[in-house]
Amino acid sequence: MTIATRQLRLAAGGRTLVQDLDWQVQAGECWSIIGRNGAGKSTLMRTLAGLRPPDGGDIEIDGRPLAAWPPDELARRRAYLAQSRHDAFAYSVIETVLSARHPYHGGRYWEGSDDHAAALQALAAMEVDRLAARDVRTLSGGERQRVAIAALLAQDTPLLLLDEPANALDLAHQVQVMGLLARLCRAQGKTVVMIGHDLTLAHGISSHALLLMGDGRWHAGPVADSMRPALLSDYLGHPIETIDHGGRRIFIPLEAQHD
Amino acid sequence: MHPARPRPRPHSLSRRAVLIVGGLLLAAIASLLVAGMTGSIALAPAELPAALGQVLRGQPDSLVATLLELRAGRALTAFVTGGALALAGVMMQALLRNPLADPYVLGISAGASVGALLALLLACAAATVDAAALGGAVAVSMLLFLFARRDMRGGVAAEGGTSMLLLTGVILSSACMAMITLMLSIAPEGRLRSMVFWMIGDLAGAPLRPLPWIVLGAALVYALRSARAMNILALHAEAAATLGIRVGALRKGLFFVSAVLTASAVTSAGAIGFIGLIIPHACRFAFGPDHRVLIPAAVLGGGGFLVLCDTLARTVVAPTQLPVGAITALIGAPVFLYQLHRLRK
Repeated sequence: MTIATRQLRLAAGGRTLVQDLDWQVQAGECWSIIGRNGAGKSTLMRTLAGLRPPDGGDIEIDGRPLAAWPPDELARRRAYLAQSRHDAFAYSVIETVLSARHPYHGGRYWEGSDDHAAALQALAAMEVDRLAARDVRTLSGGERQRVAIAALLAQDTPLLLLDEPANALDLAHQVQVMGLLARLCRAQGKTVVMIGHDLTLAHGISSHALLLMGDGRWHAGPVADSMRPALLSDYLGHPIETIDHGGRRIFIPLEAQHD
Repeated sequence: MHPARPRPRPHSLSRRAVLIVGGLLLAAIASLLVAGMTGSIALAPAELPAALGQVLRGQPDSLVATLLELRAGRALTAFVTGGALALAGVMMQALLRNPLADPYVLGISAGASVGALLALLLACAAATVDAAALGGAVAVSMLLFLFARRDMRGGVAAEGGTSMLLLTGVILSSACMAMITLMLSIAPEGRLRSMVFWMIGDLAGAPLRPLPWIVLGAALVYALRSARAMNILALHAEAAATLGIRVGALRKGLFFVSAVLTASAVTSAGAIGFIGLIIPHACRFAFGPDHRVLIPAAVLGGGGFLVLCDTLARTVVAPTQLPVGAITALIGAPVFLYQLHRLRK
């Protein structure tokens, strides 16, 4: 799956967040979107997911304008993880994950055994298979997030859009989810675009990064170019240093002076 | 909490649905039989087949057959009204993503009351009262749609973005209540009783008509066809769009179909309360929130429940007949409180 934006403009509350974004995402790439709070990361993600129209410019998915995709066909090509969710009804975990198989059902009233196999596999991949019969409203924040990611996996799409996948996860599961996403990119050629605030984790799995300033400015490129400390410090509004340790790059925000 | 449901397997899911719906269908038929046999003159089960045959042939010659025809007409009206209110409740709850929403919360029934009470105040014929009730319900629905158009569209509103619709409904509802209070305070003594009974909801003298059945049938077909999409809307809110759901069209459909159902039910029987709230809630509690089971279960459960309530209403202090709305409220309020308490524990 490829994404291409041309002259994309995003605005919120009368403020231009992103201006003239010309951005190409190729299949098998893993992009991190980085920026301060309110820089337009989630707005960009929601626009890519088709949940809001762009304020200017065009988006193409696989060379076809986003608005021209039939919703059900697009749902088999791209999955979206929302930043937060509110569960009003007592659906069970397995029902939540099975619902992500909806795009494959066509006219069927009940799911088939292939859907159940996909759902159980996704639950096992996120280590929440033992919660299958639980009411989603009784889960902890981190468990609920893992169930949501399991639903995303069950949707089985070549393009994954994730708004803060590491949100509410404990350290072990943050590392596990990032490893899983990296494998999906490298081994299965899936395209991942995600938002994250942990630069070290993002650097560990991303091939590319898109930095948003929040006033229209942006910077896109491979991590070697776009995740330079000086550039990140500028975009995040805080001085950042890096250390290379055991083949990994660790990003450290400089401490504020306590006086 | 809900009783732990076993992990569903592909074939057990549909078999379970058939069992639940079949069981409720039998219960609904039983409620109709009870309604037919109970009253000032009790009918024995042995007399029923012959009398039923006469009624169906259109020649109720015996006393038993005449009684059965009267009671069956009223019971069937109760059934279609209860089924419509429960289905409207399920759809409104999915639309607003709130299990405590009610088909009346948006003021559609209050609008119908304004129309009906105005017609009663002017001493119009029964048909005019029905037409005025329908007109009131339609007028409020149109106003709601006009004010809350933005909420109906998918994708644009934020998560849970139906608050505009809900608030508009609450305000319209209280505006209607103000008009109702005004009309009640200027109504002459003689008309007050019929006006109050209309507001509480009463099935006495409600004729058996084909239209409510057609409305309920069409709404049921729409609801069953949208059942899977309703599950996803209830689960994922606007993110349902990323699973291929046309959220805007679904929200509009749910709004219009539940408005028509409410208008149809309120027009034939007045503003009977609590059915649209407790029946979906009880069905969800017993069978889970999956709309593919919930929709037929709520229709059958709501219909059967109102038939039993109406039987109670016309027999409990016979020969005085109580308005059925008083019975549903008396049963509904404590049942609802109990469910709510269990749910929050």
